[in-house]
Amino acid sequence: MEAIILQILNGLDKGSAYALIALGLTLIFGTLGVVNFAHGALFMIGAFCAVTLSRILSLSHTVIDETRTDFLGNPAKVEVPYIYDFFGPEFGATLIDWAVPLSILFAIPIMIAVGVIMERGLIRHFYKRPHADQILVTFGLAIVLQEVIKAFYGANPIPTPAPDAFTGSFDFGALIGMDPYTVIYPYWRLLYFVFAMIIIGAVFAFLQFTTFGMVVRAGMADRETVGLLGINIDKRFTIMFGIAAAVAGLAGVMYTPINSPNYHMGMDFLVLSFVVVVVGGMGSLPGAVLAGLLLGILQSFASMSAIIELIPGINQVIIYLVAIVILLTRPRGLMGRKGVMED
Amino acid sequence: MVVIQREEYMKKSNLTRRGVLRSGAALGAGLAMPTIFTASSVSAFTNAPGDSSVTLGFNVPQTGAYADEGADELRAYELAVEHLNGGGDGGMMGTFSSKVLQGNGILGRKVEYVTGDTQTNSDAARASARSMIEKDGAIMITGGSSSGVAIAVQGLCQDAGVIFMAGLTHSNDTTGKDRRANGFRHFFNTEMSGRALAPILKANYGTDRKAYHLTADYTWGWSQEKSMRTYTEDMGWETVNSVLTPVGAGDFSSYITPVLQSGADVLILNHYGGDMVNSLTQAVQFGLRAAQVNGKQFEIVVPLFSRLMARGAGENIKGIFGSTNWHWSLQDEGSKAFVKSFGTKYGFPPSQAAHTCYVQTLLYADAVERAQSFNPCDVGAALEGFEFDGLGNGPTLYRAEDHQCFKDVLVVKGKENPTSEFDLLEIVEVTPRETVTYPIDHPDFQGGSLGSCNPGA
Repeated sequence: MEAIILQILNGLDKGSAYALIALGLTLIFGTLGVVNFAHGALFMIGAFCAVTLSRILSLSHTVIDETRTDFLGNPAKVEVPYIYDFFGPEFGATLIDWAVPLSILFAIPIMIAVGVIMERGLIRHFYKRPHADQILVTFGLAIVLQEVIKAFYGANPIPTPAPDAFTGSFDFGALIGMDPYTVIYPYWRLLYFVFAMIIIGAVFAFLQFTTFGMVVRAGMADRETVGLLGINIDKRFTIMFGIAAAVAGLAGVMYTPINSPNYHMGMDFLVLSFVVVVVGGMGSLPGAVLAGLLLGILQSFASMSAIIELIPGINQVIIYLVAIVILLTRPRGLMGRKGVMED
Repeated sequence: MVVIQREEYMKKSNLTRRGVLRSGAALGAGLAMPTIFTASSVSAFTNAPGDSSVTLGFNVPQTGAYADEGADELRAYELAVEHLNGGGDGGMMGTFSSKVLQGNGILGRKVEYVTGDTQTNSDAARASARSMIEKDGAIMITGGSSSGVAIAVQGLCQDAGVIFMAGLTHSNDTTGKDRRANGFRHFFNTEMSGRALAPILKANYGTDRKAYHLTADYTWGWSQEKSMRTYTEDMGWETVNSVLTPVGAGDFSSYITPVLQSGADVLILNHYGGDMVNSLTQAVQFGLRAAQVNGKQFEIVVPLFSRLMARGAGENIKGIFGSTNWHWSLQDEGSKAFVKSFGTKYGFPPSQAAHTCYVQTLLYADAVERAQSFNPCDVGAALEGFEFDGLGNGPTLYRAEDHQCFKDVLVVKGKENPTSEFDLLEIVEVTPRETVTYPIDHPDFQGGSLGSCNPGA
């Protein structure tokens, strides 16, 4: 029982990341009709926003501390962050400690700008081209973005820890009347799930309850008619691309304490997120979220040692097996709409 | 008339149609054959150096899970080359028991080097080693931070006829079933780690423990798990479960969460590099170190430790036992000289990977000088059975039968109160060489033989 609860919890955080990336992918596909293979790179750029802010906050100058010696016996050189000079050591240390949550504010404008530039600068030239061309150009863009990040930050994972307040773990077992220490789950992973749900809720609310969202939904249903009514739907779709980029970026920012970011982390998630979109149903936002969480949990169960012993290697292929079964039984995916990508 | 003249001309110049075809075919075959197999036509061994310089090939992971180790290895190699060429303060050349290295290169030739990226991938490592041998004329290949890579490159060097001085490789197989006459390992192995660690674990955690292994799924991980199981089970521990994890998994949470349910009270992490940093950090995040199981405090053991990993894992390393080949805080003259040279040049102390790579380069150069030859078979013979001191590990023997170095092994523990960002491990015990020396017919090292040395001729 404990094992099952734990694997569900395990699946929720990874599933949340899948859901957030897949949500953005579906938004872009639904609005612009573009299959965006650069979406994983947006997740990665978001994570590197956290790395960048953390480095900016930690920019230091060297001070010689005569009271201490270094490993060679010379007076120790101590790095003092500039932020200590500006705000005092205590508040400065707190700011550095909270670099990842603060990066949310830092990442939103950057990611929207990156998304808008991507759409206006490159992707809009490919709207009327076949999907294969769109896949090729966005995949190429993803590789370029990866290499740019690699050139600036190197190839190694960069540890980006969560604030001290979130480094512990939550005894879930004790809460539901089990023995203590049987179901323990780190605070940050729980926070990631809650954060993902808030973002998903906010995107749905934005589309459902605002005039802007209503126009976008109308545009998704019938772009031509909305255009004929005198509404500049292209501009709104560009903004939606920016929002989708921000959603992927925020997923990346918050994922950094779970897994140290590196330049190819986006690719690792991209392929699985596409499977999530297809399983959820092309163009279906709730389908993307549902499939993301479901496949995350399934992958987590498949990693249990009892299951691996039974079917070796199942943890590597489970998502693809499920995708095959769902596409055979429900060709449009779990919540797919008729007519999407069927022309 | 014309025909007769042509026949006479061909007879005179020995040119016939068949002769031309035959020569053309021979020339074509010669050109098509990789240079690696044709060295014999110009010298007795592969990549014989000229009179002015000699090229060494440093094959290290510059990307991937072990890239931190690779970067430090490269720093050590550059330092070794500087010292061999007479630059810097000479480092451990001054403390080395053999005194033939004079700082004038190797056999009077200036040492140059080329580098390759193994990517911690056997195919990529073989490709970069091959390129350094074929295109750059490297006479010796060294480096690496993974046993899978070391074994692959060692095999390639054997076939190509160059010496392979292994970098960081800890699997028994490197000098066990996969040993080769052209390959030499200074680093210790999992058998030695097991022998050194077991008495310390027994003294600290007792004999009634249940262990759960998470193991990197490649030759080193399997070897490490086997050695730890052998020695912990011998002292009464029960192995509850062992799970193989893919290298570079990143998120180990689904492997860690079942540990507490298994009834285990010790987690043995047979992981290294970035994988170990991630798995240990996540094990601590999941509350394992705070847990009480079977009425005992839950413990984590990391059989192979390095300071670079300790830095990545931060606070999580405190109080955790492991073993290591060398540590910068050692106070023998060799270690002090190396730390001084490396620290002065780079601003931080060297890792164990840097140490073994620096030492391997000096040992190779020394063997060439003693043999007065670059021929790999002469160099190999000079290394076999070589007894030396002053390189940071106390008296050391390069055993002739398996090309494995035998020396003291360090048992270390994550320091509770570090005084600096480098002061992360404390040495708990220096296990003497006699304790970690195993017989050549040890069952875990069977299944292979050195074969005969290949000079590439």
